[in-house]
Amino acid sequence: MNTVSQVRITREETILDGKCIFTGSITELYREFAGDYPKFFKMDSLCRLGFMAAELLLKNIPAPIRENAAIALFNRNGSLITDRNYQKTVSDDNYFPSPALFVYTLANIVTGEIAIRNKIYGESSFYILDEYDAALIEDIAASVFITSSPSLLLTGWVDYNDETDYLADMKLVTDNKTKIR
Amino acid sequence: MIACIADNIISPMGLTTEENFSSVSKGMSMLRNHEDTFGLPEAFCASMLDRELISGLFADHALSDNEYTFFEKLCILSATDAISSCALQAECEDVIFVISTTKGNVDMLETEPDCPGCRLAFSAEKIARYFGNTNTPVVTSNACVSGVCAQIAAIRLLLGGKYRYAVVIGCDVLSRFIISGFQSFKALSPEPCRPFDKERKGLNLGEAAGTMILENIGGTNVYGNGSLWEFAACSNHNDANHISGPSRTGEGAFRVLKDILEKIDRDDIAFVNLHGTATPYNDEMESIALHRSGLEDLPANGFKGYFGHTLGAAGIIETILSMKAVETGVIPATKGYGTKGTTYGISASSATRETDRNTFIKILSGFGGSNAGIAYRRRNVPPCATPRKGGEA
Repeated sequence: MNTVSQVRITREETILDGKCIFTGSITELYREFAGDYPKFFKMDSLCRLGFMAAELLLKNIPAPIRENAAIALFNRNGSLITDRNYQKTVSDDNYFPSPALFVYTLANIVTGEIAIRNKIYGESSFYILDEYDAALIEDIAASVFITSSPSLLLTGWVDYNDETDYLADMKLVTDNKTKIR
Repeated sequence: MIACIADNIISPMGLTTEENFSSVSKGMSMLRNHEDTFGLPEAFCASMLDRELISGLFADHALSDNEYTFFEKLCILSATDAISSCALQAECEDVIFVISTTKGNVDMLETEPDCPGCRLAFSAEKIARYFGNTNTPVVTSNACVSGVCAQIAAIRLLLGGKYRYAVVIGCDVLSRFIISGFQSFKALSPEPCRPFDKERKGLNLGEAAGTMILENIGGTNVYGNGSLWEFAACSNHNDANHISGPSRTGEGAFRVLKDILEKIDRDDIAFVNLHGTATPYNDEMESIALHRSGLEDLPANGFKGYFGHTLGAAGIIETILSMKAVETGVIPATKGYGTKGTTYGISASSATRETDRNTFIKILSGFGGSNAGIAYRRRNVPPCATPRKGGEA
């Protein structure tokens, strides 16, 4: 696989293709680099994190190429942060389940949010591993090209544990044949 | 070549694939009304497993019962049956576990919100380690399409060459968390669901576990018994439309079918096994996707009227049941279906139909705009010179 672009977002900094481009919260990152997508504020934390990583990676990719991209993301905690929040809304003394919250108790919603924003009609997959197994992640990402021919693949790690502990380490790759730029 | 060499289904309708297919053939369903289950304010109709029965069965197998949750016991029991039927040595390095689940042990959040068991992959590791397998297990968590995604992930890893066998397990169990969420969406039918029907009112949830053992057998039939289930095609596409509603044009499902039809012969297709949740929007969307693919006249069916929507298990158990249907030459009826209720035709039937074709397509759609499909072909493969019993290295 060839890496087209890569981004790393932590609480401390946002690094795009090796350069630190921003320090601040995910919301501040949104205001600086996106700002035009009010749906961002409806998203849960995991989706906001993955969404912003995708914004930075895909901003210069033309729409016809984005359409046939694939998404394969990984993490450890799934949607646990939102699962805990939702659980609090269905206790006996405080029962008010909401579909707007429940839908974010699925880890793959982040791939859907990215697909909607970028009009990506290719594959969208979410995998959960209990250890960061770099070799297995690379194998799964590379294997996307075995049964399909996406224009590019948005892949990597996107994990949100709490507001002090989160990491998006995502990249855009192609197989060894396609040239994007 | 990737072959499915063994399988199992555990549901309220049976503890093996054969028992479950037999129950389907008899038109049975375990969808029942639940008034007080999980202490929810509203009743619901669902297909639920007997927890004591499963714990009893597990106690016969395992050394330390208390270490495993109900979800994990179900996965282990299902995989045990499939693994033993092909004599797979699951502890070997060339075996990988792939587990399809949407919510795993989410019920543990009620009492222990910070316990590691709430993490899906922690649970997956316990399941793989139970069988002595030390590879990192992969969890596919793609809402309702997880079961097909797990098969696709496994098939690709096998084609990649590092592994020879994949143990693909799909399972979800119901809880206050899951039922309340679907109730909040107003997605549940108060009575047994009616896929594709004019009077359909929504879905029912169900509990099940299913296991498929996939093997990269190379070019010949190492089992020497003539027919094999061969992986034929797969595809996954997003609607890029809405996180909780299906596309009005069936875009993702249409693209999935288009990809699959490029790889298989239309004349070989016995039927398309649809998602068929019996929500107004899902079934309508599937009719549009079939219409756009020119598949309206091909027999189609759905299993949710027997089992309910078993979430992470659905893609696995519905694939296995479709295999049994092709093997027996009988396409099961769509239980709950009576009168056409979608804009375009879905060739569903309330009666069984015969088929002599060897291929089927299974499709699913779900939250997050996901759509996935897979096709398998029953085919005679020449035996290799030294056929072996399953799983022997």
